[in-house]
Amino acid sequence: MIILDDIFFELSVRNVRLHFLRSLLAAIGIVIGVVAITSIGILGANMTQSVTADLSANGNVIMLSPQGGGFFSDDDDYISQKQLAKIEKTVGTENLVIAIYSDSDKITVGSEEGRASIYALDMDVLKNLVEVETGDYPTSLTSVVVGPSLAERYKLKVGSRIKIGDKDKEDPKQTTVRVSGILKERGMSMDLSSDNAIITMEKWFTNRYGDEGKYDQVNIVVADINAIDDLVDKLDHALNYRKDEVRIMDSGSLIESISATIGIIIAFMSAIGAISLLVAAVSIFNVMLMSVTERIKEIGILRSIGTRRSEIRRMFLYESAILGIIGSTLGAVFSLIGSFLLTYLMLNTTEYFFTMQSLIQIPYGILIGIVICVISGVYPAWKASNMDPIEALRAD
Amino acid sequence: MTEEPVIKLENVTKIYVLPTDQVTALNNVSLEIYKGEFVAIMGQSGSGKSTLLNQIGCLDVPTSGKLYIDGNDVSLLNDDQLTDLRRDKIGYIFQQFNLIPLLNLRENVEYPLILKTKKRDTTGYPEKLLEMVGLGTSRIMHKPKEISGGQQQRVAIARALVNDPTIILCDEPTGNLDSKTSIQVMEMLKDLNNQGRTIVMVTHDEETAAYAKRQILFSDGEIIEERFNDNS
Ligand SMILES: Nc1ncnc2c1ncn2[C@@H]1O[C@H](COP(=O)(O)OP(=O)(O)O)[C@@H](O)[C@H]1O
Ligand SMILES: [Mg+2]
Repeated sequence: MIILDDIFFELSVRNVRLHFLRSLLAAIGIVIGVVAITSIGILGANMTQSVTADLSANGNVIMLSPQGGGFFSDDDDYISQKQLAKIEKTVGTENLVIAIYSDSDKITVGSEEGRASIYALDMDVLKNLVEVETGDYPTSLTSVVVGPSLAERYKLKVGSRIKIGDKDKEDPKQTTVRVSGILKERGMSMDLSSDNAIITMEKWFTNRYGDEGKYDQVNIVVADINAIDDLVDKLDHALNYRKDEVRIMDSGSLIESISATIGIIIAFMSAIGAISLLVAAVSIFNVMLMSVTERIKEIGILRSIGTRRSEIRRMFLYESAILGIIGSTLGAVFSLIGSFLLTYLMLNTTEYFFTMQSLIQIPYGILIGIVICVISGVYPAWKASNMDPIEALRAD
Repeated sequence: MTEEPVIKLENVTKIYVLPTDQVTALNNVSLEIYKGEFVAIMGQSGSGKSTLLNQIGCLDVPTSGKLYIDGNDVSLLNDDQLTDLRRDKIGYIFQQFNLIPLLNLRENVEYPLILKTKKRDTTGYPEKLLEMVGLGTSRIMHKPKEISGGQQQRVAIARALVNDPTIILCDEPTGNLDSKTSIQVMEMLKDLNNQGRTIVMVTHDEETAAYAKRQILFSDGEIIEERFNDNS
């Protein structure tokens, strides 16, 4: 090892050791900075991977929603029966078309009140999508199925009653439904997010909220994932030929946009991490200037007996690199532990922790920490090397 | 004499420019010093002795005039070349000893050798030099601040010799020593001179100057008197 054998490296090591406490304090800034950026990077990588995995399990869904619906828009804010017919004709029978009525309403279970999403769809389609965990699919107009998360929150069982609507309101009046079944957990899903919803029969829904034949959302589960792009084009042609009436999204492009959003959040948090690195750079700069100032005489001696400017420079750059290596290595250890805990707390899983994308952040963090220290040492090293040897010798 | 001088000054002037005025520290000095000489530069404080030694030691360059060190015109050299000249041709002995505090005694002597060869010493030469100046092997792992001034100056002499320099420069070498150790250090320098080393020494002390064969008296940046001393 040529560096370890270098007398200037030896001098730097000894100087760091001589001022061990001060050096350690200066390195703490780098430790914090490296922990910040590395943990954020690791958390981001884990987030991206787990979201992507969740979403790509649902990569075969096309989502159609009304284009209009804005307050000042006179476009329709629903998908009509006619449009649904076109959709069904376009996608054929091999793909499952899910036409959904959706709303949200106030609910009361016993003494507990809250709000919930209420969906209605064809019961045959529902049977195709979700199984019931306990109980059965609704058979009467006033029976509903509920998602497992909602059931847990309101302690619902088969046979429980839910009052839907506001008891002080006349239209629509508060009405009671009975839970006939609790659905299986589905996790993140694109075709129907049923875990937190109440699902009713279509007839009950349109009786209560009106708008029969005006769907809020139509989702298509595509049998052959490779046919998605083609189907999207065909649907676009069929529905939006004259005018953009229906917004068509496939889950693949949604995954991309969610990943991009996560990317922005991570970049923002990294910027905060970068600020802590900047603060660290200032403290390294400070300690290096201090080191140069108190060694002026020594620099004069070294120069007068034949040490070149570049060698003096090297000596101080080694010193800041050593501070960087100490700080970054400590930072790497802490961020390994810290980000493991952080990932577990935030994502409830460390499934993606020991992956390349996740752990690569650690060497990146170390490298950035060291580079920042070395850069912080450039000016002090330059100052040391450009001192006049005679002046420096006179110092005390 | 057909031999070339190892130090040659031709009309060397050194002017320090200050914000308000300028100081002529050396005024048109011409001087030749040959191999094997032992020269004492004398004069009152502020007369320009240190300035002269700094020029010869290549720590600084003259404002005008020519200075040759072992035949090299220093005005033609850049900073790295001047540095290498100091390393290879000059052995410096300071009043303050000026050992490197982070290095132990052996490493202090080895240091200029590492600068020159770019590698650690494996020949044991630094140890040999330390033994020669009277510091046995027992102390060589100590740091400079752990030994006395006289011992530090011996280490400094060993360090000055390690690259086999053409010239040894001493700036008040006994200025920080008591009279007993002063004599020991001066005897050592005299021995070195007897072995053929060229020594240029700045001193204001008559007894120290008496060891030199040639004495040059400075005043206001000019040589005002020169004496040759045969009884040393
Ligand atoms: N770096 C400097 N800047 C300005 N003046 C200086 C500098 N170095 C020396 N001088 C001046 O030059 C003159 C000679 O100084 P010096 O060579 O140190 O004298 P000596 O060593 O004989 O005491 C003095 O007047 C001193 O003040
Ligand atoms: Mg002086």
